[in-house]
Amino acid sequence: MGTLGGAGLAAAVAAGRARTLGMEGERRASQAPSSGLPAGGADGESPGGGAPFPGSSGSSAVLQAEVLDLDEDEDDLEVFSKDASLMDMNSFSPMMPTSPLSMINQIKFEDESDLKDLFITVDEPESHVTTIETFITYRIITKTSRGEFDSSEFEVRRRYQDFLWLKGKLEEAHPTLIIPPLPEKFIVKGMVERFNDDFIETRRKALHKFLNRIADHPTLTFNEDFKIFLTAQAWELSSHKKQGPGLLSRMGQTVRAVASSMRGVKNRPEEFMEMNNFIELFSQKINLIDKISQRIYKEEREYFDEMKEYGPIHILWSASEEDLVDTLKDVASCIDRCCKATEKRMSGLSEALLPVVHEYVLYSEMLMGVMKRRDQIQAELDSKVEALTYKKADTDLLPEEIGKLEDKVECANNALKADWERWKQNMQNDIKLAFTDMAEENIHYYEQCLATWESFLTSQTNLHLEEASEDKP
Amino acid sequence: MEQAPPDPERQLQPAPLEPLGSPDAGLGAAVGKEAEGAGEESSGVDTMTHNNFWLKKIEISVSEAEKRTGRNAMNMQETYTAYLIETRSVEHTDGQSVLTDSLWRRYSEFELLRSYLLVYYPHIVVPPLPEKRAEFVWHKLSADNMDPDFVERRRIGLENFLLRIASHPILCRDKIFYLFLTQEGNWKETVNETGFQLKADSRLKALNATFRVKNPDKRFTDLKHYSDELQSVISHLLRVRARVADRLYGVYKVHGNYGRVFSEWSAIEKEMGDGLQSAGHHMDVYASSIDDILEDEEHYADQLKEYLFYAEALRAVCRKHELMQYDLEMAAQDLASKKQQCEELVTGTVRTFSLKGMTTKLFGQETPEQREARIKVLEEQINEGEQQLKSKNLEGREFVKNAWADIERFKEQKNRDLKEALISYAVMQISMCKKSLTLSPRLECNGMISAHYNLRLPCSSNSTSSSRVAGITGVCHHA
Repeated sequence: MGTLGGAGLAAAVAAGRARTLGMEGERRASQAPSSGLPAGGADGESPGGGAPFPGSSGSSAVLQAEVLDLDEDEDDLEVFSKDASLMDMNSFSPMMPTSPLSMINQIKFEDESDLKDLFITVDEPESHVTTIETFITYRIITKTSRGEFDSSEFEVRRRYQDFLWLKGKLEEAHPTLIIPPLPEKFIVKGMVERFNDDFIETRRKALHKFLNRIADHPTLTFNEDFKIFLTAQAWELSSHKKQGPGLLSRMGQTVRAVASSMRGVKNRPEEFMEMNNFIELFSQKINLIDKISQRIYKEEREYFDEMKEYGPIHILWSASEEDLVDTLKDVASCIDRCCKATEKRMSGLSEALLPVVHEYVLYSEMLMGVMKRRDQIQAELDSKVEALTYKKADTDLLPEEIGKLEDKVECANNALKADWERWKQNMQNDIKLAFTDMAEENIHYYEQCLATWESFLTSQTNLHLEEASEDKP
Repeated sequence: MEQAPPDPERQLQPAPLEPLGSPDAGLGAAVGKEAEGAGEESSGVDTMTHNNFWLKKIEISVSEAEKRTGRNAMNMQETYTAYLIETRSVEHTDGQSVLTDSLWRRYSEFELLRSYLLVYYPHIVVPPLPEKRAEFVWHKLSADNMDPDFVERRRIGLENFLLRIASHPILCRDKIFYLFLTQEGNWKETVNETGFQLKADSRLKALNATFRVKNPDKRFTDLKHYSDELQSVISHLLRVRARVADRLYGVYKVHGNYGRVFSEWSAIEKEMGDGLQSAGHHMDVYASSIDDILEDEEHYADQLKEYLFYAEALRAVCRKHELMQYDLEMAAQDLASKKQQCEELVTGTVRTFSLKGMTTKLFGQETPEQREARIKVLEEQINEGEQQLKSKNLEGREFVKNAWADIERFKEQKNRDLKEALISYAVMQISMCKKSLTLSPRLECNGMISAHYNLRLPCSSNSTSSSRVAGITGVCHHA
């Protein structure tokens, strides 16, 4: 049950604020750090996209006021204030937001039991040119109230390579946790120039999501490398990077990993078999959905392009028709308005649905990797057990090693299981939200077009009535 | 689905009294009379034949289309479509209709009828036929003449053609038209016997006149420009509409792909299963709704196409005027030159170069008798010429008057029809939006959310907050 006390208030307010940000196009749902509730309710969602708070204190009153100030959009403000009143009085005002979307979001943050205390934004891509290369850095702002952080606010610049490094470290540290996916290095198809604006913007959004998902993950959020990534200055980061296990040792790990995976997994436990099947099927489906969604966007874009031409023809026609001028001009303006509505629908699709679906395509690849790593760990154990059974190698140390490995396997399996449940919840909610968004966009589109044409019709009938009455002597 | 022309057209009204009585072969009085084919543009005679009025109302419909095979002129097997034309007369008193005639005609016979009307009523804007071949098609639409959808639209177009003729005050009285509706066999022969093909103006002559005419009536020149503009703008509009239809079709149909994926996915998803199924179903319905929508739009396109073809009919009237005017100018010129010749002969002065003059110079003067004879001939010719010029002038003016009257009628008809078409387009868009709206809310309210939240979210905001609270708290932590 959502605790609507002070602590919960701050979180709810924060989440609500995040949600209003979300209304501007980002609806990422990732679970708040809820250490005790892995499957924390169907709705244990707080919309991602943490908002930077100007003040650093956790005082709810301050937060509330400042958040309200920040709100520029009328609609957002309205919705948000309703949320606030909800929280305040612990009763529900009749002015509930009517869109089902906002209802979902309400459900989500009411369920918050923990404080979200780490807020990250990724913005301001900047191009850097050196003699060797050109690359883009992104500004990362972190605001936190956690004790282990030296300060409450950090600002750093990172480039894509740094993100890659972070991801690698996380995978190393937690091989069987589901690490959020990074946007692709580059999209081969249709990429003329590596740094065109759309590409950068898409990547920025995805990087923002990436970091926030880590922040929301119950385990990953406390990872040391993550902290360094968010807080270290450029030179600090590069020196830290060099400290990691050397290239050779990393290679050694890889070789061992490959070797063990080649042996195949004989005793994959039942639940992981199920998991594997699910992942395979899911991967198929999500890829299909990705393709379909891209295709829909393309078709809508082409429809929009043709419609742009359609309206003006009626204006052209009205030039040669004296008696039909008004009717034709009205038709033209209706068509133009529907055209604009189409554009809005398209942009809704590209902001709400496409990134989500695409992220899950990457997730599905990531999941296969996780399964593999789990299998590797198990394979290591199996090979030692085998060695013991057949007395292949020196058997003195083996039992101890096997013991350690058994622990390792158990840890890995448990970690994966827990994370799996959490991931599945998130996935279901995200996908649902994305499609609900799309449905809502469609509804708005049709409602707008309907209104446009209906007003045209009424104006024509009114005109007709006027003319009729004029004719009467 | 029939394209419904405004009601008055369905029934032949008694034709209004017209002072410009073209001597139509009245239908009522046609019995026994040879079909003159009322073509002579003017007669000063006021033929208000009361017998021509229709006392009964007549309903005409092209109700069926049938595929047939037969042998054509070259004795080869061919497949064609025949259309059933039914004529009903509606008694005044009780409004019951009685089938009076029904016969089958094919498209080529309609064409023959129209060609005939064009020759005998050059001052009338003759209604056009539906297109011979499918044009402005978007990719799914078939361009095949035998395609059932095309045949159906053609059937409606042909009915519209007949109704337009039947409601035209002048054309409706034409005997050949009447026979077209009533005489199954031998109609073709009857038409050809009128010899209308011979009376038709040659294309070459018309083209020549268009270029050479010096003083056509300005209104006709303007009309020509208007009809060119109309044709070009409607063609453009139809082209773009076809492309838009294509794209719209694509958008809807691709959504249908979701349907299959969702249903397959619902098999593995326990919690979301229902939602996915329902969503998939809705996608399918959405995708298939486009077929009806676009079919309706084809009818709108057909309405526009009719006026596209009307542009050509307008130009035909203009051409006829130019031809007559040119004829007149030529006749006047000819007369003037003959008069001058005569004058020269009489006065003996040679002012202009002429072959006669040359030969006279070369071979000597002609004898007075010869000269007298020539003068006499010329004077006769001049007389004739003057008569002809007078009658041509009269003809020309009559033509302009009659044609312009019909053009005014046409303009009003066009304004009415086009306005109606545009309004019907808006109505179509509205119904398309409504249709799609009825599909969408269920998508979000039913499928996607409820399965997991176990909550029927209201699609309107009527429920009270407290019930919502109950719903929400009841759902939290549903693992």
